[in-house]
Amino acid sequence: MSIEVVNITKSYKNFTALKEVSLHIPEGELVALLGPSGSGKTTLLRLIAGLEQPDTGAILFHGEDNTNRDVRERQVGFVFQHYALFRHMTIFDNIAFGLSVRSRKTRPSKQEIKERVHLLLRLVQLDGLAHRYPSQLSGGQRQRVALARALAVEPKFLLLDEPFGALDTKVRQELRRWLRHLHEKLGLTILFVTHDQEEAMELADQVVVMNEGRVEQVGSPEEIYHLPANPFVYSFLGRVNLFRGRIRDGKVRLGEAEFETEWEHNSGELPAVGYMRPHDVEIALAPGDGHFVQARIQHISPLGPIVRLDLRRLDTDELFEAELSHQRFSELHVEEKSTVFVKLNNLSFYVESPAATTPRPTFLPIQASF
Amino acid sequence: MLFLILPLIAVFMEAFKQGTAVFLSAIMEEETFSAVKLTLLVAAITVPLNVTFGVAAAWAIAKFSFRGKNVLLTLIDLPFAVSPVIAGLIFVLLFGSQGIAYPWLEANDIKIIFAVPGIILATTFVTFPFVARELIPIMEAQGKDEEEAAVSLGASGWKTFLRVTLPNVKWGLLYGVILCNARAMGEFGAVSVVSGHIRGMTNTLPLHVEILYNEYQFAAAFAVATLLAALALVTLIIKSLIEWKTQRESGGEHV
Ligand SMILES: Nc1ncnc2c1ncn2[C@@H]1O[C@H](COP(=O)(O)OP(=O)(O)OP(=O)(O)O)[C@@H](O)[C@H]1O
Ligand SMILES: [Mg+2]
Repeated sequence: MSIEVVNITKSYKNFTALKEVSLHIPEGELVALLGPSGSGKTTLLRLIAGLEQPDTGAILFHGEDNTNRDVRERQVGFVFQHYALFRHMTIFDNIAFGLSVRSRKTRPSKQEIKERVHLLLRLVQLDGLAHRYPSQLSGGQRQRVALARALAVEPKFLLLDEPFGALDTKVRQELRRWLRHLHEKLGLTILFVTHDQEEAMELADQVVVMNEGRVEQVGSPEEIYHLPANPFVYSFLGRVNLFRGRIRDGKVRLGEAEFETEWEHNSGELPAVGYMRPHDVEIALAPGDGHFVQARIQHISPLGPIVRLDLRRLDTDELFEAELSHQRFSELHVEEKSTVFVKLNNLSFYVESPAATTPRPTFLPIQASF
Repeated sequence: MLFLILPLIAVFMEAFKQGTAVFLSAIMEEETFSAVKLTLLVAAITVPLNVTFGVAAAWAIAKFSFRGKNVLLTLIDLPFAVSPVIAGLIFVLLFGSQGIAYPWLEANDIKIIFAVPGIILATTFVTFPFVARELIPIMEAQGKDEEEAAVSLGASGWKTFLRVTLPNVKWGLLYGVILCNARAMGEFGAVSVVSGHIRGMTNTLPLHVEILYNEYQFAAAFAVATLLAALALVTLIIKSLIEWKTQRESGGEHV
């Protein structure tokens, strides 16, 4: 079932947690809500589930207005950040809860409930643990019980709040793969919250990037990584180098390096910031064709398959990072304190728009390379 | 430890000083019987009353935010803050022969002061905070997550309360009930003011002990006192059983 969030604003006392958020989640998609802590991800999820009421705006399921519907009637599967399993009930009773609290008319028989629970236990690979209590399970197992409990009532879609937040890396990896598998198998619409960009990129069909109660960008993992809408998205989706300079007549100067851009704006000279991923930094021992700037290696961190270099530009003294494959690093034969030639590729420039009338600064992305 | 146990031992020793026969005759006396009956009646009414109120208040305070929450909290603490004697006097002032409500009570032929209703009122007031005070911190620590999970799974408010909230606090609740009951049976000050000490009518066990003592029937006084002491012992035993049980259950139980 598709979810439509229209212009939602939500405040707590004098703090605005969500500011005019709009969002469309198509049926059957696996969508990630990505953002730093406090950006309003949980709040948005709770509003969709009906655990919280918006100040303004509407929430539609499959085109039908659900804004004023009670949680109970929304038939949403909600998995909480800390699982919220019923601590005094066995795993069986936890999963059966949603079915057993139904009114007598709609409640399945005891036998049906039992079959259903065991089916779900198999689905989440926990058969045999039906009679344990939540406190006797590991974090990853609790997470799967929470999922099975939510699935038991055949929800219209699933909302997962940081499903893998409290688990260690290996279990996370496993559960991610499992969740994607589950999504393919059930074809259910799933919206999940995460503040781990890698998790969002790996799992989601669509990623919604949030910051300070706003949606910054919605797009496929490729889109948000390669065509970030603004500096926030750019910085949030991976490591980034910043170079400060000025733009005039479409030409950006960053120290000795000069870039041609397509920006046509004739308002004299303006400050501009160049953003660049560390893996786009090209390192050579001698200047080849094109523009190179010189830099000194400050520190070398071998990180398994890649090597990260901390560099300092000789022309502007700015610090930046470069990431290269281990193989390329061995070819170069460089060590700390060496001076190298650096080519800056795939920069995105952001110029603060002078015409901005809104109090919030508007950024204009311009793609350019040497 | 010695200071706690010694008085208990003393009570039992005094009670049996003149032999089992005196002890038994004191206990079997009709006035003692009626005191026991009244004490049980008072507890049977006040405890359920305060449990109902305490659970409702703790639930509202811990799981919801509303205006006047602090006022309610203060009201719950009031009986702890006020001396029981003062509490008794307040009821006398309200319902006694000089009281504000007296003319109306008189006209409707309702007796409160120097009668059972007064004792029940005073006891209810004094034991009012026990259950709520016991439950509020437990409920607050548990948060609203499980309740929210229950509602999102389609459970009604009442079913959520019965199947999630209540079972999660059952030991705390039992603990509160035990303390409330012990106090309801043992309360002296407030009850003494409103009861009027009518033998065989408005005497509870603690009042009965005092009367016997004042009449120099020491053996009888101590004999009756053993009943109260036994109650205290049972209370303590149940209390430590509950503590032992909750500790065992909460071992590693942080979901
Ligand atoms: N009940 C509440 N009362 C007051 N402020 C709240 C309440 N709930 C959330 N907030 C505030 O709203 C903001 C967004 O909170 P939210 O829980 O949605 O963040 P989040 O993106 O889920 O963060 P995290 O990744 O840490 O879980 C936070 O600044 C938080 O302090
Ligand atoms: Mg959150």
